[in-house]
Amino acid sequence: MNSLVQRFSTSSSTPLAALHKAAKVVTEEDDDFSDAAWGSEAGFGNIAKGVPSFAVPAVADPTAFLRLHTDDHADPSCRIKIQHGTTTLAFRFKGGVIVAVDSRATAGSYIASGTVKKVIEINPYLLGTMAGGAADCQYWETYLGMHCRLHELRNKERISVSAASKFLSNLVYSYKGMGLSMGTMICGWDKTGPSIFYVDSDGTRLKGDLFSVGSGSTFAYGVLDQGYHWDLTDEEAQELGRRSIYAAGHRDAFSGNTVNLYHVKEHGWEFIGNYDVNKLHYDGPGNVAGSPGHGYGYDIRVEGLSSANPPVAAAA
Amino acid sequence: MTQQPQQHAFNPYTENGGTILAIAGADFTVIAGDTRQSEGYSIQTRYAPKVFKLTDKAVLAVNGFAADGNMFVKKVKQRLEWYRHAHAKDMPIRSIARLIQTMLYARRFFPYYVYNILGGIEEDGTGAVYSFDPVGSYEREACRAAGAAQALVQPFLDNQIYFKNQTPAPGTVFPQHLPLSTVLEIVIDSFTGATERHIEVGDGLEMYVVLSKNSNALQGLRADAHSFQEVTSTADGERVFVIRRDLKKD
Repeated sequence: MNSLVQRFSTSSSTPLAALHKAAKVVTEEDDDFSDAAWGSEAGFGNIAKGVPSFAVPAVADPTAFLRLHTDDHADPSCRIKIQHGTTTLAFRFKGGVIVAVDSRATAGSYIASGTVKKVIEINPYLLGTMAGGAADCQYWETYLGMHCRLHELRNKERISVSAASKFLSNLVYSYKGMGLSMGTMICGWDKTGPSIFYVDSDGTRLKGDLFSVGSGSTFAYGVLDQGYHWDLTDEEAQELGRRSIYAAGHRDAFSGNTVNLYHVKEHGWEFIGNYDVNKLHYDGPGNVAGSPGHGYGYDIRVEGLSSANPPVAAAA
Repeated sequence: MTQQPQQHAFNPYTENGGTILAIAGADFTVIAGDTRQSEGYSIQTRYAPKVFKLTDKAVLAVNGFAADGNMFVKKVKQRLEWYRHAHAKDMPIRSIARLIQTMLYARRFFPYYVYNILGGIEEDGTGAVYSFDPVGSYEREACRAAGAAQALVQPFLDNQIYFKNQTPAPGTVFPQHLPLSTVLEIVIDSFTGATERHIEVGDGLEMYVVLSKNSNALQGLRADAHSFQEVTSTADGERVFVIRRDLKKD
C-alpha cells in the first residue's frame, strides 16, 4: 500500500521530482494494477486488453458443440436461437453511396424484432451493414470502429474504406471455421471517392459498385439491376434503394417491416429515413425526394384492367 | 459382444421456462417476470426471482437457463461494483447495456443460454428498455417480452403499447407514452393471460418500477391498488419499487 500513497500523494519537493514520479507512474501503471482493479475495464469487457479473448468449452470439438446448440438450420429445435434473415443493399453512383436495409430479425419462424438497426454507424464516414448473426456484425463492426479511431490518432488521417474493410476481413478470417456468420458491406467516402467493400465470415472481400446480401438479396437485385446506372440523381438513387428493399420485404418472408435508408456523401453519411414496408405498398414513401406519389404495390397498375379490379366508374 | 464406439454429447444447457417483460414510460420503466422455475413438466420451485436490481437506475431480467442466468447476473453486479469503486458513481444504463453486450459476446463460442432485458432510466431521465440475444446483439426499445410465453405476450404488447393494428378515433391520436397505472395493468394482464395459456408461467409475479428523478408517475395511483415496496439504495434521485402479486399455481 506504500506505493499507493506515494503514487497519489500531491506533495513533491521539486518540479523535476514530480516529473520523474509522473513518468514512473505511467510505466508502472500496467505492472502494479490491472485495469480491472480500478474498474476502468468496465464497459470494455473482454476487449480492454486490446485483443479480445473468448471462453471455449472444454470438449474435443468446440465448433461442433456450438453448432449443436445454435444452428437452427440443421436443427430447428436447438436451444439458442441466433437472429437471422435479412435484406441489405448498397450501391455506388455519381452522387455517392446508397445504403438500404430492412429491419426484420427472425429466430426460426418467429419474428423476434421488426425494428432492428441493420446499418451500423462505424464513424461519421463509414457505414457497415448487418446480415447473418446480429451479434457478430454488431460486435465486430463496433470493434472495427475503435480501430478506425486508433488509426486516425496514430496517422493523423482517416482510414480508407479499403483498409478498414481489410482489417475486418483479416479479423474474421482468423476465426474461420469457428462459426461466425456475417455478410457485410463496408461503405464510405475516402480520398479515392465513394467505395463499397463486401466482407463475409468466409474471408471473402470484394470491391464493387453494387451488392445485395441476405435471404432477400435476389429480390432486391431484380429491382436494383434494372434501375441502376451511374448517372442516377440523388433522388432517383434513394428511390431505387427504397424500392429494392420494399421488393425484398414483399417477396421474402424473412425480410420486411421497415426500410432504413442512408446516403454517403463527400462529407460523411446522412440518414435519409425510415419507411414502413406496408405503407410503401399501399401509399408509397410519402412526400420525399424521388417519391412516385403512389404505392409500390401493383394494384395501382392493374386498376380498372380486370373484372376483379373494375374501373371506379363501373364499380359505382 | 463387440465394443461399440461410445459418443457422448456435451449438453450443459436446460430450459427453465418462465417469462419476462419490460415496458418504458416517459419517466419510468417497469421490468417484470414470473417466479416459477420448471424443467420439463416438473416445477422445481414457485419462487425463483428472474428480475434483479443492479443500481437505482437499472434493473435486469434474465430468462432461459436459470444457472447461466444467475451466474451472469452475479458477474454483471461484480463489474458494476468495480465501476462504483473506481468512479464513485453508478454506471449509466447505456453503458451497462454495452457492458452486457461485451460480456455475452465473450462467450460467443460457449454461450450463456440467457435472454436478457435491461430496463431503467437513461441519463436524460427517460425510461429505457434494452433487449439482448444470447450472444450480445442488442437494441433499445419501448417494450419487449422474452421467454417461454414471448410469442403470447409480445403481440399483446405490440397492440397495447405501440397500438399496432388499431386506428385512432377520428380527430384523435394515440399517446406516445402511457401512464404508470395503465402500464402496470397491461403487465398484470400479460402475465395472467400467459399463466392461463402457458404451462411454464405462473406462481408469482415480480414487477420492478424504476422512477426518474422528480417523477410524478406515482401520483394518481391508488395507494391501496398495488403493494409498493421501496428498494431504493442511494440518494441519487431515482427510486426503485417492487410489487409482488400472486399468479395461479396450477
